[in-house]
Amino acid sequence: MPEELVTQFKDNYVETEAGKIAIVTMDNGEDYRKPNTFGLGGIASLNACLDRIAETQDVKAMILTGKPFIFAVGADLNQVPEIKTKEEAISVARAGHAAFKRIMDLPYPTVAAINGAVMGGGLEIALACDYRTISTGVTAVAFPECFIGLIPGWGGTTLLPKLIGPEKALQIIITNALNNNRMISGREAYEMGIADRLYEPVEFLDDTIKFTVGVLNGTEKVERPQPDFSNVDALCDAAQAAVEAKVHGMAPAPYRAIEIIRKAGEISVDEGFALEDEALGDLIISDQCRASVYSFDLVQRRAKRPVGVPEGAPLAVNKVGVLGAGLMGSQLATLFLRRMTVPIVIKDIKQEFVDKGLNYIQTEMTKQAEKGRIEKTRLPWMLSLVKGTLDYQDLADCDFIIEAVLEDMSLKKKVFAELEEYVSETAILATNTSSLSITQMASDLKRPQRVVGFHFFNPVAVLPLLEIIRGEKTDDQTLVTAFDVARKIGKRAVLVKDAPAFVVNRLLIRMMVVQWDLVDEGNTFKEVDEALAKLGAPMPPFVLLALVGPAIGMHACETLVEAFPDRYHISENLRKLVEMGKGSVYGPDGNVDEEYAKVLKVADPPKKSTPQEMIDRTCEAVTDEIARMLEEGVVAGPEEIDLCMILGAGYPFWNGGITKALDYLGYSEKVLGRKFHPEK
Amino acid sequence: MARTLNEVYLVDAVRTAFGRAGQKGVFWSTRADDMVVKVIRALLERNPQLPPERVDDNVWAATTQMGDQGLTMGRTTVMLAGLPAEVPGVSIDRMCAGGMTAACFAASEIAVGAADICIAGGVEHMGHHPMGQGADPNPRFMAEKLVDPSALNMGATAENLHDMFPEITKEEADQYAMYCQQKAKKAWDEGKIQKMIVPMTVWTENGWRVADRDEQPRPETTMEGLRDLRTPFRVQGRVTAGNSSGLNDGAAGVLLASAQACEELGLKPKMRLVNYAFAGVRPEVMGLGPIPATKKVLERAKMKFDDLDFVELNEAFAVQAIAFMNEFGMKKMDDPRLNPYGGAIAFGHPLASSGCRLMAHLALLFEENPGAKYGLTTMCVGLGQGGAVIWENATG
Repeated sequence: MPEELVTQFKDNYVETEAGKIAIVTMDNGEDYRKPNTFGLGGIASLNACLDRIAETQDVKAMILTGKPFIFAVGADLNQVPEIKTKEEAISVARAGHAAFKRIMDLPYPTVAAINGAVMGGGLEIALACDYRTISTGVTAVAFPECFIGLIPGWGGTTLLPKLIGPEKALQIIITNALNNNRMISGREAYEMGIADRLYEPVEFLDDTIKFTVGVLNGTEKVERPQPDFSNVDALCDAAQAAVEAKVHGMAPAPYRAIEIIRKAGEISVDEGFALEDEALGDLIISDQCRASVYSFDLVQRRAKRPVGVPEGAPLAVNKVGVLGAGLMGSQLATLFLRRMTVPIVIKDIKQEFVDKGLNYIQTEMTKQAEKGRIEKTRLPWMLSLVKGTLDYQDLADCDFIIEAVLEDMSLKKKVFAELEEYVSETAILATNTSSLSITQMASDLKRPQRVVGFHFFNPVAVLPLLEIIRGEKTDDQTLVTAFDVARKIGKRAVLVKDAPAFVVNRLLIRMMVVQWDLVDEGNTFKEVDEALAKLGAPMPPFVLLALVGPAIGMHACETLVEAFPDRYHISENLRKLVEMGKGSVYGPDGNVDEEYAKVLKVADPPKKSTPQEMIDRTCEAVTDEIARMLEEGVVAGPEEIDLCMILGAGYPFWNGGITKALDYLGYSEKVLGRKFHPEK
Repeated sequence: MARTLNEVYLVDAVRTAFGRAGQKGVFWSTRADDMVVKVIRALLERNPQLPPERVDDNVWAATTQMGDQGLTMGRTTVMLAGLPAEVPGVSIDRMCAGGMTAACFAASEIAVGAADICIAGGVEHMGHHPMGQGADPNPRFMAEKLVDPSALNMGATAENLHDMFPEITKEEADQYAMYCQQKAKKAWDEGKIQKMIVPMTVWTENGWRVADRDEQPRPETTMEGLRDLRTPFRVQGRVTAGNSSGLNDGAAGVLLASAQACEELGLKPKMRLVNYAFAGVRPEVMGLGPIPATKKVLERAKMKFDDLDFVELNEAFAVQAIAFMNEFGMKKMDDPRLNPYGGAIAFGHPLASSGCRLMAHLALLFEENPGAKYGLTTMCVGLGQGGAVIWENATG
């Protein structure tokens, strides 16, 4: 078991005009980069600290606070995978409840001084105190539990609705958690009634001591609105419907949390705690929780230190070139400008294309400025960094040039060959291809080692994934610089071998092939979409197709058909859709497009599949494809596959990206005879 | 355009607790600039009539202006304390008399009409910044014998003073130190010192603690205990940790205002600045500094020493305080005019902050002794200087 970094509870005392106040500090001895968490060692330290305070004479109040910048961020997740049985899980839940209950039962006022990040168990220990002060410097207040397959089970699910009412509690525990763990600020927490006082960071603890003295003297009066449980059922029903639309019954945690919140108004604290024990007992050992903890670790740690990146210092990138001023090129130019704030040259073959691109950049940047993400006064200068051109000569001093011309091998080879005549020896040439071979694209260049693939995901500004593709000749220096650029533009990069369609597209298209088969066999688009929504992707397959664009989807598929004709093929129905120039199989009313419906050819009589059969066929296909990719060495391991699916396709944490779900749903054993993640 | 000079008043003076320098000191994990911020905010909180945007300058001193005492601390602490961006700030250095000089500089701004209201003070985190940290003394000092080699070691200069005044014995110095500790204890027990200290919650290895009292006072000090202490600066020397001021962390500051500003805003002045003077002495006997500085300021103010009801002398070393008493004919060892609440031997001497601590003491003495008219704050300065400021009681 990974050793627990124990958060120690340290007691000090101050004499005030209102008597002796105990100041308890939670501190794991590390700086803010390793926040305070609670494991069984931390709980033991809390109990020992409460024993010491009990032995101290004349204590009139207790203040509980964190170390600099951190209050406490909850349970020690490293311990979760080690808990194997429901009994063990329940005992962990009870240990937390028992210790926090001791704080609740203290005979004098207790004040949580929330000086920094507060999440999960950290917020629960704060709720166990009588009062809470919070600093305006706090940026992270959250109950992330439902996001990682748990509920706030050390009192939060019971105490929060009792404090601020079910509506706001649902917002924090359910809505925010499932919205990619959205966090709120200290000020928002105060406004929602989670904290009783809001103080500036500069004298936060001094102010909290004064507040505590005021509580003791009776000069500070805390008034809280009575929580309103009158419409709790309607609120919980609405929350449940929203959860259903998001997780389709596949992640149990939010449902369990809503169950308890629904009852919170009428049950006692002890009854609530007992329900939490029971829920945690089931959830801690659930597959979804383990997969979520795994995902959390991938995104928080592994994504920050990409596997396979060579050692060495990156080259400086002081000027960036973009070839192609279409939508992709303009988006990329905007991204580089915003994040790197270096001169950008954007080139196309016609002035009107260039002008359109420049116009897009200006519009986007102005929007950002209006939203306050860029200083308005800085905007004209930033825009002055962008230059449009028709002439390669203007790219001569760029250190990094990314092409975003049409997805056509001969065209891409041509522009790179032309470009190479102008740029310096060390300039890096990146290609924003979604399916073409980097190796082939570089093959005729004088310096093929400088070419690297940069596969972004649409919308570029939103999705954090960047697949960085190493061609056969791409050298270490190019790769190190590419990863440095990725970091500077705020992307999470995964190193990918030069293989057809790379990672995300190869998997999504393998699934799409099955989905078109299902349609061709006579299942309706609706039936397929509804069945596959359960897989947890942000949108069902034929809605995704509309977002990507059928033509682009088909084009990417063509590459794969060429490479792997045994597994990939293009449905005639897809071909027709593209030929008709339709953007979606669905019309604006959500039904199948009328014109398209007329030409759609499906099996007669239809061979219908059950939803489970549709899921099975899709999952089996994708299991097979992942195994092949790992065999080919497309990425370092299943973890990289999962990172790509989480960051690039929005796959949920409770699936562990995808391979964890394929393991716990039994597909990997069924198809491969083994799991992607064998039990240790 | 013709102008008149303004009278300058001290409205308030406050300080942090003084900690022991070093890892065991309460302020070891606290930044010096955060201590300054605490003092600035305490001055504003204690004087709510003063709108923060009316502060015309924020003048801060430190001997070592680097690290957490660097980057023009007078300006950075404007921002850190939450004062409006429009308030300017400046950093200043006259070693031990930094805070005193900051107050005099600010007072001069007010006197000539360049400012109405100023915050001034000094800080020294000697745990983070041992005296002379990062300094690169010019080799000419030694090559040309411009100063005695002992001049850069303050304890050694105190031994030099004993050489110069052989009648001041170690026993006298110890006795002075013991009285100082006793006076400090009495003042604490009577709740006087607490009035000048703003409690500050600080981060330590053992969690957050409230620094609300000085760490150095040793009320239990006895002559026997003092007699056996080591003399670290010389074999068979006379200067010990017991009869010196020690190495400390602390910040102290004052709020100064013109007569007109006091009236306009309803600020209650505690004392009026009469005059100030700084004077140089040979660096190897820097402890003499207060003597010429005091003579100079008395002369400028056209006053006699006996006009002074109180003298707040920063006793860096007992020998230096006794030399001062001898010079001006004060009653040894417990002249009631001198440091009635105790001095630096008890509280400590975080270099640049001490000048403003003296002002806090004098202002409180004036408040508690309405019959007192004039008082002096004076101190010696490393490398051979003295500073002296005469104040008039304005509490009446």
